[in-house]
Amino acid sequence: MRIAILSDIHSNREALDAVLEVVGERGWDELVLLGDLVGYGPDPVYAVETAADLVDRGAFCVMGNHDEAIAFNKGGLTENARIAASWTRERLTSAHVDFLARLPVSLTSEGRQYVHASAERPGKWLYIRDVDSAERCLSSSAARFVFCGHTHIPAIYYALPGRRPICFQPLANVAAPLSAVGRLVVNVGAVGQPRDGNPAACLALVDTQRHEVSMIRVPYDYEETARKIADFGLPAWLGTRLKIGR
Amino acid sequence: MQRFESGAIIDGFELVERLASGGMASLWRANSPQFDFPLVLKVPFLDPGGDVSVILGFEAEELILRRLSGPHVPRFVASGSLSQIPFIAMEFVAGTSLAQLISNAPLPADEVARVGSEIAKALAALHRQKVVHLDLKPENVVLAERGAVLLDFGLARHAELPDLLGAESSVPMGSAAYIAPEQVLGERGDPASDLFALGCILYQLTTGEEPFGRPATFAGMKRRLYHAPRPPRDLNGTIPRWLEAIILRCMEVDRSKRYVDAAHVLSDLRNPDQVVVTGHLSRSKGIWATILGLFRKTDERSLVGMPADPRLQAGPSIVLVAVDLANGNDPLAQEVLGETARVLGSREDSWLACVTVLKTEIIGDTLAVDESGRSEYLKRLVALKDWSRPLHLPEDRISYHVLEAVSPADAILNYAEHNDVGHIIVGARASSAIRRHLGSVSTKVVAQALCSVSVVRLKAIEEQGRQHSEDRRPAAISPLVREQSID
Repeated sequence: MRIAILSDIHSNREALDAVLEVVGERGWDELVLLGDLVGYGPDPVYAVETAADLVDRGAFCVMGNHDEAIAFNKGGLTENARIAASWTRERLTSAHVDFLARLPVSLTSEGRQYVHASAERPGKWLYIRDVDSAERCLSSSAARFVFCGHTHIPAIYYALPGRRPICFQPLANVAAPLSAVGRLVVNVGAVGQPRDGNPAACLALVDTQRHEVSMIRVPYDYEETARKIADFGLPAWLGTRLKIGR
Repeated sequence: MQRFESGAIIDGFELVERLASGGMASLWRANSPQFDFPLVLKVPFLDPGGDVSVILGFEAEELILRRLSGPHVPRFVASGSLSQIPFIAMEFVAGTSLAQLISNAPLPADEVARVGSEIAKALAALHRQKVVHLDLKPENVVLAERGAVLLDFGLARHAELPDLLGAESSVPMGSAAYIAPEQVLGERGDPASDLFALGCILYQLTTGEEPFGRPATFAGMKRRLYHAPRPPRDLNGTIPRWLEAIILRCMEVDRSKRYVDAAHVLSDLRNPDQVVVTGHLSRSKGIWATILGLFRKTDERSLVGMPADPRLQAGPSIVLVAVDLANGNDPLAQEVLGETARVLGSREDSWLACVTVLKTEIIGDTLAVDESGRSEYLKRLVALKDWSRPLHLPEDRISYHVLEAVSPADAILNYAEHNDVGHIIVGARASSAIRRHLGSVSTKVVAQALCSVSVVRLKAIEEQGRQHSEDRRPAAISPLVREQSID
């Protein structure tokens, strides 16, 4: 089975289109959107409508903290995110907001749990940035594999029997094994705002026959996205960070 | 735990005969109608409540072996999942175990050099595939007809895979007799660690003794960070100095002084006259320094130096430059020199083999001695050294070779392959009628080399030559002719 997992699209139309083109070429049996469809970027309507269309075609989609903040008018965001969130709300219709509001915070499919941030209290949006938080995430989940996003940095935590998890930085476009003996937390990076120093959009492809997961990096026209961010008067940093991948 | 008997069938593999094995897995000769070569099945001992590292080692070996290819590893055939019957099926490699050979040590120097270069060649092939063995020992090397074959990747590390074994291991992983000092400190992943183990094997082959014994404790293994073994020539005075120098350089604790490339060890073992003999291990620093050292608390990590990896990636380790000095140190030879300096500049520990070819008419032709009594060979050697002088390379970074051959291209290609050269630099002359007819040296080298090749031309002369040929030939034909004559 081929599974394509996309997280943190953040209203980035150019990145989303580039990534979906790759997903279309490779084909998928399960497609998962790990939340934060909106926020930060200049194309929230396109992001929500594309996601809704994919869900109609059988894709899974979970809620992210930006989706929640925008749908329920909640706080708790950084200043740039808050400015972008209120700008986003003005663009979305009630149908769009309704779609975001109805998203579940967690989904499970055949031993794989999908959450935006962590399986540990999914609605609390805890960051998995180290071995301890990965361990807590796994102990909160019954699934063998937990897939998440939220940090915008791809990472794989291997929890092996009787040992503390190992953090592994997956290489771009090189398959990493889904260990047969351990449990894993896989952070699939970000489509719309990578922060690992590589501005190319990131998605994860899982091959369940080969027991592998690959972080596929897709270059896209971030100059165009940044131009739109500037044109709409959104904070300049939101455009700059796309160009440097931070 | 499941026990198997001869005749049992696992996933279509019939177990034939149990072989001797270590404590982690049982080994079986096996057959399968699907494969027409002899097989081995490795079945890990998985006791409930047993050592988890057995499972992790099994998984790591399966992941790595299935990614490896080439003559120096057993061919991976299949594996069984941990949820059913875990096993790895691979090719059975026929040959002499190095363990058997080493029991006859000490062996003559030329035999040690031959065996050592086979192992170095296998390590070079392994390291090129981004894998470090980390448990190189006589039991894990088979000397087969096709060369040395490395076995047992249960402790190995692939640079692009997570290190399932590495995390939190308080016990150093490896074999006490051969483990590298940085491995004792928990570092897993430096190809230089395998070269340390190779040094220990060469030491044992020449002296008949293991350099560090087989310490059973962590402290015992750590001794090798502070105490150099007795130099091989102290144990066996007949060992040539060049071989001792190679062994001791493999066994340097500080990796900035150790070989970083298996290819370099291979080249030194094959060209003893190129080895620079410097004396004992650099750790022998005199009695006062040793006494002072006892009172100073040293950082063990600083003793083993930096990993070799960044250096390995900076550029080719061995560069071959083929320079034609038949017309003296002409402008093309100087251009080749400039390019050589640029390629060498990418890596500070790269090593240059300067090659010039003396053409002979037939194989075995003896070279004429000119009137002054010096052979053409010596003249070329002197010219080659003079040509390379502006590079200012220390003698341990450069070697000179005047090859006598009917075909210069074949001589260059043979040398490059034999010595695992990483980059070839060769000059190309402007086209001439003879070259068009016979094909040029550089064309053949470019077409057949196993590594990157830089072809150096003189731009100005090329342009003039083109102008000249266009003057003489109809314009429509000349591009075609030029294409054939590309050097």
